[in-house]
Amino acid sequence: MKDSFKHSSPIYIQLADRIKRRILRREMKPGEKLPSVREMAVECGVNPNTVQRTYSELERMGIVETRRGQGTFITEDADRLEELRKELRQRQIESFVQSMEEMGFGPREILSGLEAYLKEAEGREKQ
Amino acid sequence: MIRFEQVTKRYLSKTALIDVDLEFPAGKIIGVVGENGSGKSTMLKLIAGLLRPTKGRVLVNGEPSHRRIARKVAYLSELETYYPFFTVQETVDYHAAQFGDLDRKKAWEIIEFMGLDPNAKIKHLSKGNRGRVKLVVTLARKAPYILMDEPLSGLDPIVRDSIIKGMISFIDLDYQTVVITTHEVNEVEPLLDQVVALREGQVIKVMDLDAFRSNEGMSLAEWMTNHYAGHSPLKKQGS
Repeated sequence: MKDSFKHSSPIYIQLADRIKRRILRREMKPGEKLPSVREMAVECGVNPNTVQRTYSELERMGIVETRRGQGTFITEDADRLEELRKELRQRQIESFVQSMEEMGFGPREILSGLEAYLKEAEGREKQ
Repeated sequence: MIRFEQVTKRYLSKTALIDVDLEFPAGKIIGVVGENGSGKSTMLKLIAGLLRPTKGRVLVNGEPSHRRIARKVAYLSELETYYPFFTVQETVDYHAAQFGDLDRKKAWEIIEFMGLDPNAKIKHLSKGNRGRVKLVVTLARKAPYILMDEPLSGLDPIVRDSIIKGMISFIDLDYQTVVITTHEVNEVEPLLDQVVALREGQVIKVMDLDAFRSNEGMSLAEWMTNHYAGHSPLKKQGS
């Protein structure tokens, strides 16, 4: 998680996004303990207040839970994690479609382009 | 909390700060940025009680700042102020004798973290390691306020990184507030909660960095280039 941050959005949001992606990729498992605020701050080179804000934000979203005196853990609520997966997919699709529309592509062209791309990518993977 | 009330600081021939009205909230890391000569170091020295305001007041925890505020304020000078004939360990001992809040155990941890040899003499250390020693004696103190004047200046990237990591590891924002002046804005930006921008002795902007990122969508360095090169009209604090 040492990559640098973009300047266009608050670091606490970018850090929350990174953690969400790691959860979805199963690099971090349900029920697993997150690094302490300070460990995470040192690892990412950011202010501990920022990490605290990230953890609070993730807790508010029901993705992690803080257990008093024990630390912060990824939720074991499988439904919530599945929901998160769908949310992130939806968000990515929205931004993709919006960019395509800005360039004048209609639904049919977007879909056929996407299908062709995926087929090609699949072919490349098999080789 | 640190407060500047209508503070002006004049030296013999030049005015370093003009009518500064400002509050540094507790529990944050605050960066003071600006060009050379914009008043950054003066601001820190006024908080540390090393200088007195020509006009106005500087309050630290409600108490007017004076020399004895050093009990509450750990100040890292941009100059090299340590005795060259001391070893690293002796430097820590010396500071422990000056400041009752210096935690020797913590000093030891930071020395280890920084990879310093406690028996090496200051005069035999590289510039980078002398920078690390300054950090040791500053961060080992349990002072509620930590002031750092250009802690990264003139140091190589590896030393800068270890100093930044050391700051994150050994500052406790539950009871400490940090004010840091720097030109290395790109490296320090991810650490900061708030930025105070000075130009020619005046505060031109106080910003919360999360809000700044959402609103401006640029780096602090870019913002500074725009505002210090005269592309934009002078903005008063809070605009």
